[in-house]
Amino acid sequence: MNQKLLTISPSPHVHTSESVNKIMYRVILALMPALVWSVFMFGWEAIRVTLLAVAACMSIEFAIQKYLLKTEPQIMDGSAALTGILLAFNVPATLPAWMIIAGALVAIGVGKLSFGGLGNNPFNPALVGRVFLLISFPVNMTSWPVSQHVNVDALTTATPLGLLKEGIQNGQSVSEILPHLPHNMDMLYGNMSGSLGEISAIFLLLGFAYMLWKKVITWHIPVFVLGTIFVFQGALWVINPDKYIEPIFHLLTGGAMLGAIFMATDMVTSPMTVKGQLVFGIGIGVITVLIRNFGAYPEGISFAILIMNGFTPLINAYIKPKRFGGSN
Amino acid sequence: MLKTFKLGGVHPAENKLSADKAIEKLPLPKSVFIPIAQHIGAPAQALVKKGDSVKVGQLIAKSGGFVSANIHSSVSGTVKKVDLALDSSGYPKQGVFIDVVGDEWETGINTSSQLFEKFEVDSQAIIDKINEAGIVGLGGATFPTHVKLVPPGGMKAEMLLINGVECEPYLTSDHRVMLERGAELLVGIRLLMTALKVNKAYIGIENNKPDAIENLKKLIASDSSIAIVPLKVKYPQGGEKQLIKAVTGREVPSGALPISVGAVVSNVGTALAVYEAVQKNKPLIERVVTITGKSVEKPSNFLVRIGTPVQELIDAAGGLPEDTGKIISGGPMMGKAIASTDIPVTKGTSGILLMPEPESKRKKMKNCIRCSRCVTVCPMGLEPYYLMTVSDKQLWEKAEASKIMDCIECGSCSYTCPADRPLLDYIRLGKGKVGKIMRARKQ
Repeated sequence: MNQKLLTISPSPHVHTSESVNKIMYRVILALMPALVWSVFMFGWEAIRVTLLAVAACMSIEFAIQKYLLKTEPQIMDGSAALTGILLAFNVPATLPAWMIIAGALVAIGVGKLSFGGLGNNPFNPALVGRVFLLISFPVNMTSWPVSQHVNVDALTTATPLGLLKEGIQNGQSVSEILPHLPHNMDMLYGNMSGSLGEISAIFLLLGFAYMLWKKVITWHIPVFVLGTIFVFQGALWVINPDKYIEPIFHLLTGGAMLGAIFMATDMVTSPMTVKGQLVFGIGIGVITVLIRNFGAYPEGISFAILIMNGFTPLINAYIKPKRFGGSN
Repeated sequence: MLKTFKLGGVHPAENKLSADKAIEKLPLPKSVFIPIAQHIGAPAQALVKKGDSVKVGQLIAKSGGFVSANIHSSVSGTVKKVDLALDSSGYPKQGVFIDVVGDEWETGINTSSQLFEKFEVDSQAIIDKINEAGIVGLGGATFPTHVKLVPPGGMKAEMLLINGVECEPYLTSDHRVMLERGAELLVGIRLLMTALKVNKAYIGIENNKPDAIENLKKLIASDSSIAIVPLKVKYPQGGEKQLIKAVTGREVPSGALPISVGAVVSNVGTALAVYEAVQKNKPLIERVVTITGKSVEKPSNFLVRIGTPVQELIDAAGGLPEDTGKIISGGPMMGKAIASTDIPVTKGTSGILLMPEPESKRKKMKNCIRCSRCVTVCPMGLEPYYLMTVSDKQLWEKAEASKIMDCIECGSCSYTCPADRPLLDYIRLGKGKVGKIMRARKQ
């Protein structure tokens, strides 16, 4: 009999090297190309907004966990930092500091910790923060800075979606508005105005590819969301191309990419099964197109994701995985 | 495209450290402890008492019912006592302690290494012989083999599936049997086919054992009744239902036995034991055991007498490594952690794994981030995160409705959880409780 004390525990005795922290930091890494692009477009303002949002989210989480909830602060798990980056990506680069802090407070305090912290929040915290800011400070949240690389004599401009909506509401046809909109190629790599992180489709897709490679997320939700936007908007366009713009435009604008790749895929607030994710993705796509074409706001993916977040528990309760040896 | 099962599965690091180590006979121990319950079902009844002298292969405990198995002495010597001692379950179990004297075998057991290929026995004679020899599933489940070979009323076996998957990381005992004892194994398979009255057998082998696949293919030659099915490496392919799905595409319905789709599954070690029992009159008194681990000096495959203390294997493999934190009987995914090295090798012991200290401790559990990885990897299509919650909250009806009893306890969910949640621990608790409720309802 050896004197050594052995560990006794039930199987399994091995564990994958994956962890929550790794997942969070990989998503953060996947967001970096888009951040670099926004620095190129908006200068150091982009860094200021992002750093401030991250610092605010992390310190608010730390303060609430330590002093209010009196639990061990978990700020190094990367989730608060990720919420900070996503919040920053969803606001104009010119947003005043105090508004960013207010947004972070709502995102972390209300959106996340009031429900019990990481894993328990029904809604995407960054989007809760963003929608709070959009509703509370509509002017600041829709004053888009002009890129330092555009040679025009103005400080702010409208987003492509904003221009389109305004034109349609003024009774113009799509073909009349089109000359004022950026080309699809420009929008693909992000030469347009908009929120800090939403403008460059190509760099967001690069992040998507990285996350797929590292198996952080699966392709399902982004493809379901973007596919639905494409099909639904495409159908409207075929019916009346004078009133509804072609679908590629909608895929490249208004944070469709950012929302589909980085916000709708938030694990905590999206369904557990592929079938559930299909329902979830279609729902987001349909609501986005409805809001953009028929609603009061020019863009709608934030609202669409939040609405479908609300349906996620219901989807999980009714859509079950295929059981082995089951009849379904 | 290699065949495999469809739903779920994981691929842990294989770490087959002893794959190229030929099977060696472990020297006889000084004493053995042979538990009388080494199988699923009723314990056997001891036939010997203190002071009796026994021979190798002598029946020392008689099968205690239909689902039970005979126990034979694995050594010759004197019975020291019949008493309780710990086995790999962690509970004290009744068993026979024998002090080893010499190595004297029962007459009638052929101990030569000669190959006996021909046989003229019929189905019933084979089944009787298997029953007599105390053969149980050597893959680890230890279900009495003779029971499996008699399908319950009305059901008919169409095929025999031989499990050569060995999907557990580290373990190599089945691999070595297929490599070194292929000819005997094939006779065992033909005997099992005769017992089941089937004319088709498939041997499922994961393709990380190409030498075993080659060897058996060569030995089978033109016999079209036995087919080798190379499988993609994926855990838990050695699970009965997963293996049937991988090889035949058939899906055993929830709550049903493999026979419901016409299949009977047997492990390669079991088939070898059947050969020895029928052709050489040798009861199940020894088996191949892998002793392995990252810090083990000489990872090996030993032919070990049943009842040998684990310590003997450790000594033969170069001693207990300094950094050992956990000793596992079986593989790292489904094996049991044992509390002492006095615990004996039993019929179900496929390997002994010595885990270094850092790997043997669990990490602190974090909040579930609902990443759905547990749902994705579950080979039974269950929702482990949900089953953990309902088990924790004692919502047994919900657990039952969500098919908690279908769980095969493969551990893929706990293995894969990035938040280090002990999903399977809770599911086991839930299964225990729900099983009790279901049995009470039937009465």
